[in-house]
Amino acid sequence: MDIVVCVKTNPDLQMVRIKNREAVTEAVPYKIGDLEKNALQAAVDLRAAAGGKVTALCLAESNRKAAEDIKVALAMGADEAVVIDDPALAAPDQAAIAAVLAAAVKKIGACDLLLFGEGSSDNYTGQVGARVAELLGLPQIGYARKVEAADGAVRCERSMDDMIETLEAPLPAAVTVVSEINEPTIPGLMQIMKAKSKPLQVWALADLGLGAPAPVREIVSNLAEEQDRKNILFEGTVAEQADAFVNALIKEGVLGR
Amino acid sequence: MAALLVYSERVDTACELVAGGKELAAALGLGVSAVALGPGAGAAASALAAAGADSVYVSEDAAFEGWPADAVAAGLAQIVEQAGASVVLVGSTRRGKETAPRLAQKLGAGCVSDVSSLVVEDGDLVAGRYAFGGATVAREKLVTAVKVFAVMPKTFDAEGASAGAGTVVSPALSVSTAVKVVDHRAKEGDHVNLDAAPLIVGVGRGFNAREDLALGDELAAALGAVVGCTKSLADFEWLGEDRIIGLSGAKTAPDLYLSVGVSGQIQHTVGVSAAKLIAAVNKDKEAPIFALADYGIVGDLYEVLPALTERLKSV
Ligand SMILES: Cc1cc2nc3c(=O)[nH]c(=O)nc-3n(C[C@H](O)[C@H](O)[C@H](O)COP(=O)(O)OP(=O)(O)OC[C@H]3O[C@@H](n4cnc5c(N)ncnc54)[C@H](O)[C@@H]3O)c2cc1C
Ligand SMILES: Nc1ncnc2c1ncn2[C@@H]1O[C@H](COP(=O)(O)O)[C@@H](O)[C@H]1O
Repeated sequence: MDIVVCVKTNPDLQMVRIKNREAVTEAVPYKIGDLEKNALQAAVDLRAAAGGKVTALCLAESNRKAAEDIKVALAMGADEAVVIDDPALAAPDQAAIAAVLAAAVKKIGACDLLLFGEGSSDNYTGQVGARVAELLGLPQIGYARKVEAADGAVRCERSMDDMIETLEAPLPAAVTVVSEINEPTIPGLMQIMKAKSKPLQVWALADLGLGAPAPVREIVSNLAEEQDRKNILFEGTVAEQADAFVNALIKEGVLGR
Repeated sequence: MAALLVYSERVDTACELVAGGKELAAALGLGVSAVALGPGAGAAASALAAAGADSVYVSEDAAFEGWPADAVAAGLAQIVEQAGASVVLVGSTRRGKETAPRLAQKLGAGCVSDVSSLVVEDGDLVAGRYAFGGATVAREKLVTAVKVFAVMPKTFDAEGASAGAGTVVSPALSVSTAVKVVDHRAKEGDHVNLDAAPLIVGVGRGFNAREDLALGDELAAALGAVVGCTKSLADFEWLGEDRIIGLSGAKTAPDLYLSVGVSGQIQHTVGVSAAKLIAAVNKDKEAPIFALADYGIVGDLYEVLPALTERLKSV
C-alpha cells in the first residue's frame, strides 16, 4: 500500500515570543508538526502490516530549510520525501496549499492512502485535508484515532463531538488523524544516519505545471490579546502559601459570597 | 434576495447561527436561509424557521445519515446555488469543521474555520480566529464571491433570535457518499458545561496517576468549582473530552481559573485567557503558566492541594 503523508513544518511555538502584541518568528527554528508526526507514525505502522511505500510531502511555505527539516520524517521511517519550495508560496492560504499538495500527489503517482494531521500546529485550520480530498475526488475520514487498511478499504475509529464512530471508505481515501492515534517513536542515531541516503526531491511550482495561486483571503491583523496579570508568587511554607492564596481569593470577592 | 445560508447538524448551534446571521445579513442586505439535512431534518426545520430563518431547505436523503462530509458538502453546494447564497455559516463542530472546507473547495470559495468572532466592517465580513496555536487572534477577510465561515458554537446567542415563520423548501438534490458507518455509539456520560462555570479547577499532567485526580476533585469541591483539564489528560482518557480547556476544547471565562500541574502551553491557556483571575499550582517556578497567572504557588501539588483544601474548608 502506497501512502503519502502531508507533513508541514512550522515555527517551534514554544519559542515564538510576543513583542508589541506581534508574534516574533524570526530566528525561530521550524519543526515538523506534532499531529503530522502522528500521521507519519500511522503510515509507518500501516506499512509494517501491508507493505508498500511511505512518502512524506511538504510544502515549505516560508521555511527555507524545509528540505533539511523533512529529514526527520525520513528518519521516522518515510521511504521518500518531496518538498515543494517556491518563492510564490511563502505565505499561502489553505486553498493554495491544497491546490499545490493535490497537484504534487498526482505527480507522485501511486497513492492508496493520503494522511494528514487533524490540524497544523500553528494554523490549526483543519482545512487542508478536506480541500485536498475534494480536489482529488477522494472520500475523507477526519479525526481518526485508529486506522486499519485491508481489502481495498480503510477503516477508522474516530471520536466526534457526541459519539464514537467506526467508518469505512474504499481506497484511495484521505484520512486526518488526532494525537491519540499513537505515540510517535523518536528516531535513533541509526535511523537519522540512514535517512541521509533516502531519496528527497525538491520541486518548484513550475514542476507541477502551476502558476502563482490567487489568494482567497486577506489577513487584516494578527495580534496577541492584551493580558494584564498580577503575577504574584506567594512565599513561605505550604500552609502559609495556602493561607495567603485563600485570603487573596476572599479579598477578590471570589470566595465567601 | 441573495442569502446568507446557515447549516449545522446540531440544531442548537444552527439556531445560534440563525440569530447571529440575521444581524450580519441585515448589515449586508441579505436574507437568511437555513439548512437541515438527514433523517429527522423535518423537526429541525421547524425550529430553524421559528428561530427566524426566512426559508429553510430540508432534505432527509439517506445519504445524509451520519452527516458524511462528502455528501453534506455536495448537498450544501447545490443548495448554495439554488438559494443564491453568497455567505455560508457552518457550525464549527468536528463534523462542521471537516465539511466546511470541502464545501468551500467545491465552490471555489475561501473559508475561515474555528471562527470566534464575526462582524461586518465597511460592508465586509471580518472573522476572528486564533493563530500561532492561540498566541494571537488573526482577523481575516475572504475575497471570493462565495465566503464560507465555520463558526464556533456559542459565538452568537440564540436568545437574540426573532420568532419567525419561515417557509420550508424541499430542494431536489443529487448526493451520495463513499463512506460507510460501520458502527457508532454515544459517548459515555459525564457531561459538563465549562462555558458557564464561574469557578474552574484545571488539572494537568502534574498528576502522576488517574487515582490522584481525587486530590483535584476534593479541591474543586471545597471551592465549589468544576473540574476541567488539559488535552493530555483527555488523551490518556483520565477525563472526558468535554473537560478539555483550550484551542481544541472549551474557551472559558470564569471568575477564577485555578490550574494544578499544568505547564501553561498556549494551546491550553487560550481557553482561559478571558478568566477574571488566573491562579496556578506548579512545582516548576519557570512554568509558563506563572507568566499568565495573577496568583501562583510554587510547590508539589501532592503537598499543596491537601493544605489548600483544608484551608478552604475553614472559610
Ligand atoms: C493543534 C494542537 C491543539 C491543542 N489543543 C489543546 C487544547 O485544546 N487544550 C490543551 O490543554 N492542550 C492542547 N494541546 C496540547 C498542548 O500543546 C500541551 O501539550 C498540553 O496542554 C500540555 O498539558 P499539561 O500542561 O497537562 O502537561 P505538561 O506540559 O507535561 O505539564 C505538566 C506540568 O506539571 C508540572 N508538575 C509535574 N509534577 C508536578 C507536581 N507534583 N506538582 C505540581 N506540578 C507538577 C510540571 O512542572 C509541568 O509544568 C494542543 C496541541 C496541539 C498541537
Ligand atoms: N505546508 C504544508 N505542507 C504539507 N502538509 C500540510 C501543509 N499545511 C497543511 N498540511 C497538512 O494539512 C493538515 C491540516 O493543516 P491545517 O489545515 O493548516 O490545519 C496538516 O496536519 C498537514 O497534514
